[in-house]
Amino acid sequence: MKSVLRRIAPQLLTLAAVIVLVSIYFPNFWQIVYVNDRLVGIPIDVIKRGAPVALLAIGMTLVIATRGIDLSVGAVMAICGASAAWSIDQGFGLWAALGIAIFAGLVCGLWNGLLVAVFNIQPIVATLILMVAGRGIAQLITGGTILTFDNDAFSYLGSGTLLGVPVPAVIWVLTGIGVGLLVRRTALGLLVESIGVNLRASTLTGINSRVLLIAVYMGSGFCAALAGIIATADIRGADANNAGLWLELDAILAVVIGGNSLLGGRFSILASVLGAMIIQTINTGILLAGFPSEFNLVIKAVLVIIILVLQSPRVLPQLAYLWPGRRNTTTPAKTAAPNSGTETKT
Amino acid sequence: MSIRALPLYATIAIFLLAYLICYIQFPAMLSTRVIGNLLTDNAYLGIVAVGMTIVIVSGGIDLSVGSVIAFAGVFIAVVLRDTGLHPLVAFAMLLTITTAFGAAMGGMIYLLAMPPFIVTLAGMFLARGASYMLSIDSVPIADPFYQMMQRAYFVMPGRGRLTLLGLIMIAAVIIGMIVLHRTRFGTNVYALGGGEATAKLMGVAVGQTTVAVYAFSGFMAGLSGIVFSIYTSAGYPLATVGVELSAIAAVVIGGTLLTGGSGYMFGTLIGVLTMGLIQTYIVFDGSLSSWWTKIVIGGLLLMFILLQKGLLKLRIHQ
Amino acid sequence: MLLATRDLTKTFPGTRALDAVSFGLKAGEVHALLGENGAGKSTLIKCLTGAYKRDSGDILFEGQPIFPQSTLEAQAIGIGTVYQEVNLLPNLTVAENLTLGHQPRRFGMIRTRAMIAQADEMLAGYGLDIDVRRTLDQYSVAVQQIVAIARAVHLSGRVLILDEPTASLDAREVQMLFDVVRDLRARGLGIIFISHFLDQVFEISDRLTILRNGQHIATRDAADVDRMQLITLMLGHELQQETATKVRPMADSTDAIRFTGVGRRGRIAPFDLTVHKGEVIGMAGLLGSGRTESAEVLFGAVPSDSGTAEDSNGTVDLRNPRAAIAAGFAFAPEDRKTDGIIAELSVRENIILALQARRGWARPIPQAEQIRMANDYIARLDIRTPDAEKPVGLLSGGNQQKVILARWLATNPRFLILDEPTRGIDVGAHAEILRLIEEVVTQGMSILVISSELDELVAVSHRVIVVRDRQHVSELTGEAVTSDTIVRAIAAPEVVA
Repeated sequence: MKSVLRRIAPQLLTLAAVIVLVSIYFPNFWQIVYVNDRLVGIPIDVIKRGAPVALLAIGMTLVIATRGIDLSVGAVMAICGASAAWSIDQGFGLWAALGIAIFAGLVCGLWNGLLVAVFNIQPIVATLILMVAGRGIAQLITGGTILTFDNDAFSYLGSGTLLGVPVPAVIWVLTGIGVGLLVRRTALGLLVESIGVNLRASTLTGINSRVLLIAVYMGSGFCAALAGIIATADIRGADANNAGLWLELDAILAVVIGGNSLLGGRFSILASVLGAMIIQTINTGILLAGFPSEFNLVIKAVLVIIILVLQSPRVLPQLAYLWPGRRNTTTPAKTAAPNSGTETKT
Repeated sequence: MSIRALPLYATIAIFLLAYLICYIQFPAMLSTRVIGNLLTDNAYLGIVAVGMTIVIVSGGIDLSVGSVIAFAGVFIAVVLRDTGLHPLVAFAMLLTITTAFGAAMGGMIYLLAMPPFIVTLAGMFLARGASYMLSIDSVPIADPFYQMMQRAYFVMPGRGRLTLLGLIMIAAVIIGMIVLHRTRFGTNVYALGGGEATAKLMGVAVGQTTVAVYAFSGFMAGLSGIVFSIYTSAGYPLATVGVELSAIAAVVIGGTLLTGGSGYMFGTLIGVLTMGLIQTYIVFDGSLSSWWTKIVIGGLLLMFILLQKGLLKLRIHQ
Repeated sequence: MLLATRDLTKTFPGTRALDAVSFGLKAGEVHALLGENGAGKSTLIKCLTGAYKRDSGDILFEGQPIFPQSTLEAQAIGIGTVYQEVNLLPNLTVAENLTLGHQPRRFGMIRTRAMIAQADEMLAGYGLDIDVRRTLDQYSVAVQQIVAIARAVHLSGRVLILDEPTASLDAREVQMLFDVVRDLRARGLGIIFISHFLDQVFEISDRLTILRNGQHIATRDAADVDRMQLITLMLGHELQQETATKVRPMADSTDAIRFTGVGRRGRIAPFDLTVHKGEVIGMAGLLGSGRTESAEVLFGAVPSDSGTAEDSNGTVDLRNPRAAIAAGFAFAPEDRKTDGIIAELSVRENIILALQARRGWARPIPQAEQIRMANDYIARLDIRTPDAEKPVGLLSGGNQQKVILARWLATNPRFLILDEPTRGIDVGAHAEILRLIEEVVTQGMSILVISSELDELVAVSHRVIVVRDRQHVSELTGEAVTSDTIVRAIAAPEVVA
């Protein structure tokens, strides 16, 4: 427990700082009221609107832990949202729509996973294909229009509440807990970290790295499907052009803010979803402060740059020197260039 | 011949084949008019793809270019609206800014030893945010010089128009070819893409080259922004979202290896024209929907990535 | 002396890679540098070329002390290097590779024709007839090596260091390369030649320097030593002192694993091997002889493309490491850093990893059990670490090796393959690992030990297989297992008579 707290401390502090900043502009930040069977307030809004990015970040965390990246999640969201809307439109009913959307997400993940694990294509290149083609496929499903539907059961997933809490928030929190338990209560998390640090040695140790890689990309597809369902349910329609647009970048950003290294290895899903919440709080805060919403791009850019500097393999050793507590989380292998492992080789 | 040039031949063959199919279905497509439009409509994409080619050959990627194009449009529009400066002065200011911006990203990539992907992602946010800060709405450009540039064209045989914009793109491609294929810098770019550690051992100034690569891309993105603003007569901060993706796709379809070290500038031009051709075909057809463009481009991407992978295997087996 | 070192010393955490090494290279000679892995050859080269900073000692170039800070500086001084992995860019043309950084230009543009002429001129006298406009990767490794030499000679011109240049060349190509080397020698260059092919060393070298464990062992005229003396100097065994072979009870052969005709084209010729229960099989041979390749085939790391493996239960599947592990095999590879440890993970996680992988992801080893296992092995193998949660990458080489051994012992294997288990680790850890081998064998485990240290092999092995030129050439058993016989078998065919 203590080690978890230490791991997420930077994210908690950042979140607290952002909240304090927002509170200065908007002192009523913490005011939450209960009206019409639902909680209303800024924090509630943040966790609701942050749902898609948080969901994508959960899957992206695992992909990045394997030293990969999934650029296609935004497009996969659009495909899954379109699939769900199409199924509702065809009168298949709620459960069939959910099943079809999730199946579509898993197929997309399988595609990416095969390209990466079997064809050995660099993840960034492999997932680019679906990123480009995915929105076309989504438009193919919707017929190029915003496919609207009227299904209260389905739109409940986007705008309903459960015990006063918005359903999207419930979904991402439950997914986060579920995936977190799945990877930490089984050995999956360890095996994922292992292949992320040293794929070759992991395979020699008997880890089925190929299947594991495919599974991780399928997990990312699954999370994208959930995000797509929420986005579609929320607006009661599938917008193939705009659903999940550029959210892959926000998701990657959330993972990076969560302190997870882009070079793979150790990961924390909790820190990633905190990262997603930081992003959403900034978005909401800028809106509340009356700045044009576009300002958050500049803030995001500054955030990325700060994190890059902190994570940089060239800066990190000096930092670790100043701050010995972080030494345990720094990686001896990564700071060393491939040709510096020479003491035993001649 | 060299199997390394195979993707280039494949690109050219696919383009010619596609054009042939278009021609058989719509004979009107083989006219200087269509060709002129192809060049004009894709001028901004072609120019930015020239910069992207150099970045990708060096083994990097530049996600910021779409935002930089939008920034360029807004910047010029605001400068022309708020000051009495001549557009050419505004252009010079802009190109200085975007080149410096690219150089700064290159410097960060080298100094921080971080993946270009994430550094240029920050650049993407920053440039887009900066254009919003200048203006949230579309700013029209009503400068007489602008209108003159917009209307400038040569008439080609067959009454097709070779516009100034098309010419600028062709000039950019030629400059790109010279820089990439005929200068020491260009060879260094290939060296970097072939292997940074080896390049360093052979005396290539890796840091300098990295900075120059992204500065060049920034310059081309700025130039592309100028062309785009002439094309649309406006600066709009929401414009050209996703152009970086189209540029990357054009470069890859043009036969350049996405992991760096191999490719030809001429291929990129063909890649851009192929993408333009698909769109033109869909317009001519009328019944096909626009999303097929994305799916076909995705398919072409897949094809070229697998082709490159296959060639790599072939070379290893040799 | 053209190039000399005086008391050159370089240490890495845990190892003294170079220990006061003095070495001299004359102009117009080919000087071979010999030694097994970890002897210090590559560290010496890296100090000479400025890739490493020396701790102490001098490097003298024509009598003047030099302090190269990078390979580029060394090159400018006159020391050029060609590595085993060709250090040129395969995606550039031959001409570009030769002229990179000094292409002829006019108005900032490369004069392609002049560049090609310059490249042709640089290659003149190397006996190559190639089109320099083609990319380098279209030519064989031999041609690439010669191009690399041409570039190095052009830029440096005094000293040429060839680091395993022949490793991936066939006989004809080696001759092509040697013609070039002889020519350069005649032109007065000093050439340092590193190779583990002794035939080639004898063929081309004027003098030999032998390093072992970071120390200078001897420098001899090539004409004054024979193969056996050389091997003895390299492996560090004095032929006079015989180590008595231990005769241990050979366990029943009904419970044996029989490999028949397994091998891999281009890596190791098909071989037969029967592994009895409770037996230690040693594998001897020089670097590059096919020792590691044999181990990789046995473990499925590079699956065999012929033959079968059987035990009392039938066929053993060796398609990949997973299958081999399921069959009770284990493999501690030679290169711990890239193939062994998961640097960022903790000692505990590294120890339980193989067992966890075998159990599958759905059946995690309970945390308490993991901690117990980790602490158990840390105590049993005397792994020096502050605690089980330290990232294994931060431990010393010997302790990393013990962690890998612990990882495999935790799976309770029946057949354990150890590739150079004692390489690059300190004396104490060395002895402990040997003691451990004795211990687990008495419990019925079978072990294959690959080692360059003959004393070690003689001390632990029931029988020793000798590998040469990618073939298993002989097997020594019982009384015949002595350092003397092993050296003879390695050195054959010349010495046999």
